[in-house]
Amino acid sequence: MNRLIVLAIGAVIVIGGLVVLLRPGDAGGAQTLTIYTAASLTDVFQEIGAAFEAQNPNVTVRFNVAGSSTLATQIVEGAPADVFASANPRQMTIVDDAGFTAEPAQQFAGNALVMITPADESAITTPCDLAGEDVALVVASSGVPVRDYTDAVLDRLATDCGADFPADVIENIVSEEANVRQVAARIAFGEGDAGIVYATDVTADIAETLRTVTIPVDYNIDADYRIAPLTTADNPALAADLVAFVLSDAGQNTLETWGFIPLEDMP
Amino acid sequence: MTTYPIDQTQPPLTLPQARQRLWRLTGGGLLALFSGLAVAFLVLPLAGLLWRAIRADAWTGLSTGALTEAIRLSAMTTLASAGLIVLFGTPLAYALARWRFPFKRVINALVELPIVLPPAVAGLALLSVYGQRGLFGSTLDAFGLSVAFSTAAVVIAQVFVAAPFYIRAATIGFAAIPREVEDAARVDGADDAALFWFVTLPMASRALGAGLVLSWARALGEFGATLMFAGSLQGETQTTPLLIFETFQTSVDAAIAAGLILIALALVALLIARWLESRDDLRTTA
Repeated sequence: MNRLIVLAIGAVIVIGGLVVLLRPGDAGGAQTLTIYTAASLTDVFQEIGAAFEAQNPNVTVRFNVAGSSTLATQIVEGAPADVFASANPRQMTIVDDAGFTAEPAQQFAGNALVMITPADESAITTPCDLAGEDVALVVASSGVPVRDYTDAVLDRLATDCGADFPADVIENIVSEEANVRQVAARIAFGEGDAGIVYATDVTADIAETLRTVTIPVDYNIDADYRIAPLTTADNPALAADLVAFVLSDAGQNTLETWGFIPLEDMP
Repeated sequence: MTTYPIDQTQPPLTLPQARQRLWRLTGGGLLALFSGLAVAFLVLPLAGLLWRAIRADAWTGLSTGALTEAIRLSAMTTLASAGLIVLFGTPLAYALARWRFPFKRVINALVELPIVLPPAVAGLALLSVYGQRGLFGSTLDAFGLSVAFSTAAVVIAQVFVAAPFYIRAATIGFAAIPREVEDAARVDGADDAALFWFVTLPMASRALGAGLVLSWARALGEFGATLMFAGSLQGETQTTPLLIFETFQTSVDAAIAAGLILIALALVALLIARWLESRDDLRTTA
């Protein structure tokens, strides 16, 4: 009899727990907007999301942050995303070709690449030093936008650093990370001699552990960030509103504060 | 009044008997139902993978070069890890099973800790010791050794997360050997070494084997700690799970194809282990 009681109580707890976890969302007018965000946009979009929530009561903005290539794959596989913010046009095109964009994607910000090294690293002072012996270089894996941009920059630097420069630098790669923030984190942690990230990834919390080496404008790229509402959005109008908010003065000012290049300053 | 044919060979059931039979049927039925659900839950994802791979053109997105390298790396590193685990884990298991020493309970708990540690945390922990900024970072540098981003780092990560499985199984295996058998062997003149090699080890071999298989499987699937600690680079540190993770970012179907290959390899190894076990059974019962 005791055992039966224990079994019954256990069953109640398990079923109760499942019910609590799986209950349908409250229909009390609260809406959730899920933005699939490129990793480099983590902080700025948190702020934009909060501002959007302030403007739209009853709306909660959630983020799925990863490398843009990962996000594009997830969306194409049917992930329930409302908006997609990609760090390059290519990943947005992948989503568009698969028919998931509700409206044509628009550019909303720009960015540039920098080299970062641990703060106490003294051997690497110019971009050409990346091809040196025994340099442990950390970059993102192929497909991730920042890697595409990196490859382009390396090719451009060949005119200054020598024809073998791109190949030598590729030889120095010791790890290929899933997104740009992981590259930054590794260097900030002191693992590796150099990494290539966006200028905006040197955020306040890691700035002290890093040294930034600028890549001259002539060799640098102009990153092209795209945003679009998706066909999988629960509330298409709300998704379009968010895109409009990012493109508005408020959104653009926030982007500029975080170091991104707003539309008006685009070359 | 119509009469119905009654089976006279068996006496009619009394009410308590009927109730008991119904209770047993229900119990059996529930057991079958829950077991069936459990098996289905475990098997369904594999079936899903197969179904998806057959439907889609899975192989085109897969770089055969990267895949061969990843499989080769997985095979080499798990073999090395298994060797290290047996070499260092067996003595530890024996000590935990047979000896008494201070802080034994604490050491037991610490040895099992990697099992419950989230792999990402395990990766961070390994970085804090062997990383360039870690405890041993400068010492390793002095010897010209760099563990970070190397294949050695992959082995270290695998050993860290997989060893507890082997040690736990081996400890139980050693502890299960009756003392009387060991005492009898000593009476027959066996010294410590002979006792270990010819009595204890063979008797515990099934438990050791099962523990090693589990441990090896864990090492094969190791992902989080390897990614954090060793990084991901084709041919150097990109084991098959890491390759699948990277491939997934661009082609889900190709990732599924790679995943199926990994599953097939693991399945073959498990079947071989089971076959060895059953052979061992036949031998000992002969």
